[in-house]
Amino acid sequence: MSLRSPLRSVTGLGSAKGGASHWYAQRVTAVALVLLGLWLVASLASLDGASHAQVAEWLSSPVSSALAVLLLVTTAWHALLGLQVVVEDYVTDKGTRTVVLLAVKFALAVAAVIGVLAVLRIAFGAAA
Amino acid sequence: MAQRTRPLSPFLHYRWQYTNTLSILHRITGVLLSLGFFVLVYWLAAAAGGPDRYAGALEVLGSMPLQLVLFGAAFAFCYHLLNGIRHLFFDTGKGFELATARRSAYATAVGAVALALVVWFVVRAGLGGAA
Repeated sequence: MSLRSPLRSVTGLGSAKGGASHWYAQRVTAVALVLLGLWLVASLASLDGASHAQVAEWLSSPVSSALAVLLLVTTAWHALLGLQVVVEDYVTDKGTRTVVLLAVKFALAVAAVIGVLAVLRIAFGAAA
Repeated sequence: MAQRTRPLSPFLHYRWQYTNTLSILHRITGVLLSLGFFVLVYWLAAAAGGPDRYAGALEVLGSMPLQLVLFGAAFAFCYHLLNGIRHLFFDTGKGFELATARRSAYATAVGAVALALVVWFVVRAGLGGAA
């Protein structure tokens, strides 16, 4: 017998306390990444040799740098949500799982920040 | 009460079929793309570091083992993209009929290989053969 009221079970949002938020965020970032991913491929394909000057010119356009920052943040977020599920499914030891999840989060956060700073540096012309 | 001897690991008893093949491939390509994210950041960081650093990075990315990794990333991107769109349709409750699901599965598999070759060649051309 549960001592929790039916209302408490519903508002408790399940054992993860997040309800469908993880699932939903994965889908929102997925739709965004369909568009941003296609943009990245089209952008890379439209470069002609990708010399340093050319990449700098590409990323110094406001639209490109904005989309590049969006791509980096959205990719890191989507990857985090996905890797979290993979780790939770296959790493059964609770301590190891916590450590691996922390490492994944830290690595993605560091990479995203480096990527965003790199784009901004190029966008503001500091990478000449 | 008699001891129940039901199997405790159903995943070992289900028949291997196209549904779980696509599903596990979605996971594998997702993990590979997460690694590809670090390569993208490496490339951007090198570009931000100036022309010399950038030239060095292009040399690294153009080397043989990295080229294989990048081709893998191109396939992973195309597969994860197509199968991801397939899953978004599933999320709206569409495409679950056996015939439809099978057709979209084969379209995803064949489409991913074809699209990967296209993406590989156009992006390689754009990046001057470096990646």
